[in-house]
Amino acid sequence: MTNILEVNELVTGYRGKNGYLKAVDGVSFAIKEGETICIVGESGSGKSVTSMSVMRLVEYENGKILAGEINFKGEDLAKKTTEEMRKLRGSEISMIFQEPLTALNPVFTIGKQISEAILFHQKIPKKLAMARAEELLTLVGLSEPKTRLKQFPHELSGGMRQRVMIAIALATEPDLLIADEPTTALDVTIEAQILELLRKIRQEKNMAIMLITHDIGVAVEMSQRIIIMYAGKIMEIAETNDIMKRPYHPYTKALLESVPTMDGERGSLLKSIKGSIPSLNELPAGCRFAPRCPLATEQCHQEQPPLETMQNRQVACWHVDKMKSLYEHEKGGEPVGANESH
Amino acid sequence: MEQTNHTNNQQPLVQIKHLAKHFQIKGGGLLKRETKTLKAVDNVSLTIYKGETLGLVGESGCGKSTLGRNVLRLQEPTNGEVLFHGEDILTYSKKQLREIRNDMQIIYQDPFGSLNPRFTIGESIGEMFKIHGLYKGKEREEKVKELLELVGLDTSRYDSYPHEFSGGQRQRVGIARALALNPEFIVADEPVSALDVSVQSQIINLLMKLKAEFGLTLLFIAHGLNVVRHISDRVGVMYLGQIVELSDTDQIFDRPAHPYTAALLSTVPDPNPDARKNRIVLEGEVPSPASPPSGCRFRTRCPLATEQCKQVEPKLQEIRSGHFVSCHYPLQEGQSLHEAIATMQDKEKVRA
Repeated sequence: MTNILEVNELVTGYRGKNGYLKAVDGVSFAIKEGETICIVGESGSGKSVTSMSVMRLVEYENGKILAGEINFKGEDLAKKTTEEMRKLRGSEISMIFQEPLTALNPVFTIGKQISEAILFHQKIPKKLAMARAEELLTLVGLSEPKTRLKQFPHELSGGMRQRVMIAIALATEPDLLIADEPTTALDVTIEAQILELLRKIRQEKNMAIMLITHDIGVAVEMSQRIIIMYAGKIMEIAETNDIMKRPYHPYTKALLESVPTMDGERGSLLKSIKGSIPSLNELPAGCRFAPRCPLATEQCHQEQPPLETMQNRQVACWHVDKMKSLYEHEKGGEPVGANESH
Repeated sequence: MEQTNHTNNQQPLVQIKHLAKHFQIKGGGLLKRETKTLKAVDNVSLTIYKGETLGLVGESGCGKSTLGRNVLRLQEPTNGEVLFHGEDILTYSKKQLREIRNDMQIIYQDPFGSLNPRFTIGESIGEMFKIHGLYKGKEREEKVKELLELVGLDTSRYDSYPHEFSGGQRQRVGIARALALNPEFIVADEPVSALDVSVQSQIINLLMKLKAEFGLTLLFIAHGLNVVRHISDRVGVMYLGQIVELSDTDQIFDRPAHPYTAALLSTVPDPNPDARKNRIVLEGEVPSPASPPSGCRFRTRCPLATEQCKQVEPKLQEIRSGHFVSCHYPLQEGQSLHEAIATMQDKEKVRA
């Protein structure tokens, strides 16, 4: 399958007192057509900045793409003009955000906002655009779509507003949907509804989805592959099942173990990662995770490990072999990766 | 409704009886003169036993935080009783209340809001002693430093200001403040919801450690079901101002009886890729607490709802030992919500 998006050595910075603070520092990954990939990370990991860079929205918040390529269907988005990006955004790539209220204009009706989005990219009569808007609201599961078209954002609940945002994002049938923490601000039952909707849409539209989340549970339910980010760098990329069962990066492992699971031993001491995420202006010289890593050696503190490809996955760690050896005795001693077809 | 603790013969520490908190909201009707009553907490009865952690879950607007605040009288309840060691603290004078506050404390979601930015952390924690006229000068500083150590903060941070702390560290300060007066009972209102995953587990561990060390009783309010399951001995599920199910944590999570609980559990995003997913995604949203549905409040979203649910409000009843549910059609032991829905549909077919 071909890649729809290829990000190569992306560096995005925010202007600080002494030059740029690199929120994303040399990030490379690819998304295949129709694939759902999740970027998982804690706050300050650079996951949102990565998505904002792909959309070229960082420049509206004092940030700048300092280096790297963002190849979308073979064209480098990093080189596009503002005007070209405006045309592309919302047509071939769409984005939905955590808080839809800030993304919707409070003084226009829902119908107006969806039809505007359609009319911006397609020259069709207004009436037709409004009819299409109604169709979209039905698609995203809003009840009484006709009434909704005439309502203003404040008249809708958080879950409904997120559905409207999804409707706008889908208006032009994009090939890539970027969803930045789309359910974080929602209640659990509404989160379940929105995730269900995204699954349905993915199936019907065969659209690639890049989902940014801090919730590993959401990532597992939604994605084929997971990218783990930490302090502006990618730590690990692998298929969801692999990464959950056999994390190759100590950070991934520690992160997974620190989440209480629904079938874990209650009341047991949770594994936790000592310390906290480093801030951008005092990043460690070597591996970004080294100061908190149980496996860290002198090399880790001095040299940044590259993101290396191995057996269908990518890991940035000097001690991958140690991590791999943890799983050697699983599955009756079968070495990891032995059952993969080549 | 009387609750007996079946696990062991513990003493009730906090007994909440028919507690209600109503808010008057203006602006209804044509001339905006009508006032509506919003029943944030509506006739809740609950016993919290000494030494237990009672988890309280529910979606936003279900009244779980309001309940927590009313129990401590940080808000004045509209109705009901809150017995602490058998005495109704709602009848207490301000002076009596101040004394009892030593024993009852609260931890908030983000303690940043409750810390004065111009006070050092040492001063902020020391303030707790000052208010209650405890310790002076050097002794107070020593006590504060002990607390800092207890919650895993370096004593050198005594002179730091709140903005110098990360989210997890601020929560540690919040916990230190809550513990300063050696309370028996702590309401923890979403204490880890604002924290990153790797930090969240540190705080959960700290709370569990302190609970064991000081024999604390916790009312743990959260919306993260995995966290509540991990830390709680018993769990109460709230919906629109009422408790709809209450039981041992294992019962609630393995054998939920209320359709709402069962649906909630079926949709928790689980990090285990092998977890069997039999999702029941609830339709619609939580109705406004200002105009709740008649009968059972959950009926508008319930896959099992019938005419009876519309007419008759179910009462919280003990269906198994220590397992309370307010539902006309509670799930049988071992019955899944899917099965219950199928049975219900069969019945309807027969009737038709």
